[in-house]
Amino acid sequence: MAAVEVPIEKWTGKVHEVTLGGNGRKSVVVGGESTLPFLHFEGSLPRRPVIAIEVRDSEPKDWSPHLVDAWGDVLADPAAWAKKAMEYGADIIALSLRSAHPEEGNTGADEARKNVDKVLSAVDIPLIIYGPGVAEKDNEVLVAASDVAKGQRVALGNCEEKNHRTIAATCIADGHVAIGKTPIEINLAKQLNILLCDVGLSRDSILMDPTTGALGYGLEYTYSVMERLRLAALGGDAMTAMPMICTAGEESWRQKEAKFAEGMPEAWGDHLERALTWEEITAFSLFAAGADIMVVRHPGTVERMKAVIDRLMSESA
Amino acid sequence: MALTGIEIYKHLPKTNCKECGFPTCLAFAMKLAAKAVELSLCPYVSEEAQQALEAASRPPIRLVTIGAGESKIEVGNEVVMFRHEKTFYHPPGFVVRVKDSEPADAVGKLVAEVAGYSVERVGIELKMDGFAIENESKDGGNFVKCVELVSSKTDLPLILMSTDSSVMSQALDKVASAKPLIYAANKDNWEQMTELALKHQCPLAVCEPEGMSELAELVENVTGKGVEDVVLDPGARDFGPSLVNLTQLRRLAVRKSFRPLGYPIITFPGEAAANAEEEALLAGQQVAKYAGIIVLDHFSPGMAYPLLTLRLNIYTDPQKPIQMSPGIYEIGTPKPESPLCVTTNFSLTYFSIAGELESSGIPSWLLVCDTEGLSVLTAWSAGKFDAERIAKTVKEFNVADTVSHRSVILPGKVAVLRGELEEELPEWKIMIGPPEAWDVGGYLKQHWSA
Ligand code: SF4
Repeated sequence: MAAVEVPIEKWTGKVHEVTLGGNGRKSVVVGGESTLPFLHFEGSLPRRPVIAIEVRDSEPKDWSPHLVDAWGDVLADPAAWAKKAMEYGADIIALSLRSAHPEEGNTGADEARKNVDKVLSAVDIPLIIYGPGVAEKDNEVLVAASDVAKGQRVALGNCEEKNHRTIAATCIADGHVAIGKTPIEINLAKQLNILLCDVGLSRDSILMDPTTGALGYGLEYTYSVMERLRLAALGGDAMTAMPMICTAGEESWRQKEAKFAEGMPEAWGDHLERALTWEEITAFSLFAAGADIMVVRHPGTVERMKAVIDRLMSESA
Repeated sequence: MALTGIEIYKHLPKTNCKECGFPTCLAFAMKLAAKAVELSLCPYVSEEAQQALEAASRPPIRLVTIGAGESKIEVGNEVVMFRHEKTFYHPPGFVVRVKDSEPADAVGKLVAEVAGYSVERVGIELKMDGFAIENESKDGGNFVKCVELVSSKTDLPLILMSTDSSVMSQALDKVASAKPLIYAANKDNWEQMTELALKHQCPLAVCEPEGMSELAELVENVTGKGVEDVVLDPGARDFGPSLVNLTQLRRLAVRKSFRPLGYPIITFPGEAAANAEEEALLAGQQVAKYAGIIVLDHFSPGMAYPLLTLRLNIYTDPQKPIQMSPGIYEIGTPKPESPLCVTTNFSLTYFSIAGELESSGIPSWLLVCDTEGLSVLTAWSAGKFDAERIAKTVKEFNVADTVSHRSVILPGKVAVLRGELEEELPEWKIMIGPPEAWDVGGYLKQHWSA
């Protein structure tokens, strides 16, 4: 019988490449894909998906005992934490300025400057810097952080529709990348990219965060929105072709499956095993849907993701 | 290639008699084109038209049944590459492998544990689906003993794994009536395995790692002899090759309607994984990317629960998320003075909050608004969970007659709605609950006094 001909998709679009770091610091480039995740046979995947480890500027009070065990003393010292994260294989440090949250210290621009500076000096890999997620405080500390990190090409987030002008302006002024975050919806994601480009941010300075739903908590929504965004990008839509970033760590570790050890049903099994698998499956499923950067919390997840991505990125695959 | 609705319509009687359950022949044709119905619903198609339409009315991936009775596994019948294009219909079966070289008591214990495992999520009971028994000892007697042991402990479907057709024959003589999957026919043994599949009317796996053409050829040999229920093993094991192979097979079936490879696929993630954690990840990849049967070499609840949850997520119909009907729900046995929380009708949101209220031990009322199945934040950003809708729901379900107080607790994520809601519901005190469901017990203990 005749040989079976495997159908090949002819994509016309390609994901924009975004560079973080450089300028004396190690650089990480993400994006550039001209095919779906890990399908080497029909396009190129010039950059491997990378892992960022979440580091907080102040000791987290409500983290799972397994995260506390894994990190130990460094949780109280962002510079030491970042160093250790680098040793564990982080490609990027995702520094979260939580202490600026009105209920978690309400610190201001000065504290942000100090902590960003400390972490920048402690590691030579690129940074992502997150505000506390409260509009006014985000603007205050992210603008300060941007200034301290000027020239180091960090990614600043989150940039939402309501504060996109402020974040875009500071990214343009200081040479940074904005993380545009929208709530699990393809058109909103695209619209924010357009808004950011309209105010003068270049396409290679935008990452999109489609909002992560953890396993069991909306994962399938994020998964499908990401597949749709990536298909649109490969189909030639430049305004959906920004590399994607997901926060698997934060989202999975706050669910009770990962968080709590006591009083859970027996069928949920061993707590550490379940919690780690929860984070890993969330992270890996979203890599499979097109994530370029994954922010995670547990060192074990970093190790496992790297091993699996190595295998998926080897050309013979 | 699949036919369009119009092309199918040309073959239908065009009498609009409605007997198929659709108002017109055209409407029925459209459904056929979407592969949502069977041609047999129309009693009036001619023989000729029937043949012409067969390709369009048959799903591109055959539905294959493994096992008999209530817990049988049905896989296949998929029609899309991506779940957002329509939905994935038949979740892959999770099957745990045991080997006939292992001690009988260890096998028995594992089988009992796996078969007895069940976990509940969003009101749905999740379970493992069956067992694969491998003839690792290469000995027929051992194999038969092990197969009998497993089938004495469970009614779940079985996969018999041996390439030796005489060993397979001995095992089938014992358990064929339970319709196990025969694994596998390869290029050396396919004639004997095909005979066994036909004799016992059991589904047959076809294993050919050489390539797609070779696999298709072997399948055609087997189906040419009359076997209808086939499961494919393209041989790829590791993350990359498995993703590529399964993607190509799915494309050939649904995009090209290539019949020889239009069957469900069996995978063995444990064979490529360095440890149980990696096996779980590879199994996860195969849940999302196109496996029909996933044979696991490890079982533990801490891993089964996340995997079963993933399968539930991926196989949820994106067009109709599991929804609750709007209304006021009792959690525990609430009194008129019990707290009142409001939430959306996305089932997951409902079950998370209901579960937390339940475990807080505080009886309460839960008011569910129609947000078209969206979760709190998504519904809010889509304008489907706003002050107007909440106020309307409060009035529609006469909440003021149900509770004696006038306080309503909003999800913390939509705290911004408070102002508008105060205007819409002037007699009510609007309270802001915690942003995460799991915190609601603590919140009530601290903030609620009626
Ligand atoms: S049953 Fe057949 S003839 Fe009657 S409306 Fe349906 S498709 Fe047309």
